[in-house]
Amino acid sequence: MLRGLSFDVEGGQYLEVTGSNGAGKTSLLRTIVGLVYAESGQVTWNGLGIHADARAYHAQLAWLGHESPLKADLTPAENLRFALGIRRRVAAAEIAGALTEVGADGFADRPVRTLSAGQRRRVALAGVMLAAVPLWVLDEPQTHLDSAGQGLVGRLIERQIAAGGIVVAAVHAPLPVPEAGTRRIGLSSK
Amino acid sequence: MSGTWQAARLVVERDLRLAFRNRGQLLHPLLFFAIVATLFPLALSPEPSRLRDVAPGVLWIGALLASLLAVEFLYREDAQDGTLEQFALSGRSLTWLLFAKTATHWLLSGLPLALMSPIAAYALAVPPAALPGIVAAVSIGTIALSLLGAVSAALTIGIRRGGALLSLLTLPLAVPLLIFGAQATARAIEGSDMAAPLYFLAAFAVLGVTLAPLAAAAAVRISLE
Repeated sequence: MLRGLSFDVEGGQYLEVTGSNGAGKTSLLRTIVGLVYAESGQVTWNGLGIHADARAYHAQLAWLGHESPLKADLTPAENLRFALGIRRRVAAAEIAGALTEVGADGFADRPVRTLSAGQRRRVALAGVMLAAVPLWVLDEPQTHLDSAGQGLVGRLIERQIAAGGIVVAAVHAPLPVPEAGTRRIGLSSK
Repeated sequence: MSGTWQAARLVVERDLRLAFRNRGQLLHPLLFFAIVATLFPLALSPEPSRLRDVAPGVLWIGALLASLLAVEFLYREDAQDGTLEQFALSGRSLTWLLFAKTATHWLLSGLPLALMSPIAAYALAVPPAALPGIVAAVSIGTIALSLLGAVSAALTIGIRRGGALLSLLTLPLAVPLLIFGAQATARAIEGSDMAAPLYFLAAFAVLGVTLAPLAAAAAVRISLE
């Protein structure tokens, strides 16, 4: 599906992957996180193939796919407590703080089934933030978000790279992030 | 290590909470089991000696089909909403997280079936002395069934309307459980020693505990590709 692709990203960099529908953005991202195996070539993290010690690698990354991975019957706060708790110990105050930051404090205690897709996306972004890991891999993080939400995604990415982290995101339209530290890859189908 | 335990504890807590917010799904297999057991006296004959003869078969076929109904929902939502992806990328052992999920599934489906089996057995004119033995056999048997079902459910994740395929995969492998479970129940009813078939059920359950989560994790990984 993808051919002739080679790049590296360093701490403090944001890599924006663009391309038309079906160009392979999601496939590239899923290969980077290790859900999909590359037919040839490899993905390395700190000089080591990611499948050599997959668990250690996964402990360093946060993945956000198309779907916001939330349970409809739980509230945003509960969702984050369970999703993050699997990775690390996380205090309730920390979750409340993150929800406030993404503008989800108004509906933190409502079941997710009553939330709009954009509201769910904000909660999912709070989850990525709370993972507190160096590498974020985001598949269309701004889907369903209003213009304020797009700005929020930009701010979160900016802060992550300012802290020395790495963000790789597949997007349709460029995100509002400062040019410094931003690199772009365009995928084209043929 | 403590983080690993904490992760499993949270998976269990989350699934319990989800189940109690969505109780209908829990009751469905139990009702099915109760209805099967109570329909037999109506269809066959109310004569206790005849009912007692068919009771082991009826109980185990009912329990087998009821747990198949329950296992269909084991991974469905988690696969759709991306939770399984998050499990696979959590930095924790996927095998371990799926084991926690399966254990919770047994608590919510197998254990209630085992606790309900005396009522079903009573409807089939089983003498009260046999009831504890039946609860033991159904408890152990459903542990093995849950684990077996977990593997089949993982294998059918990506398939639309995987329910039929799930049954086709699980039922042949569940035949030994049916045979030895019914045998244990028949012996409990006779009042003879039921140790041998119970040991076999237990061996199957132990084999399931050791192998099924590994197989389920491998199947889930393939489904995520």
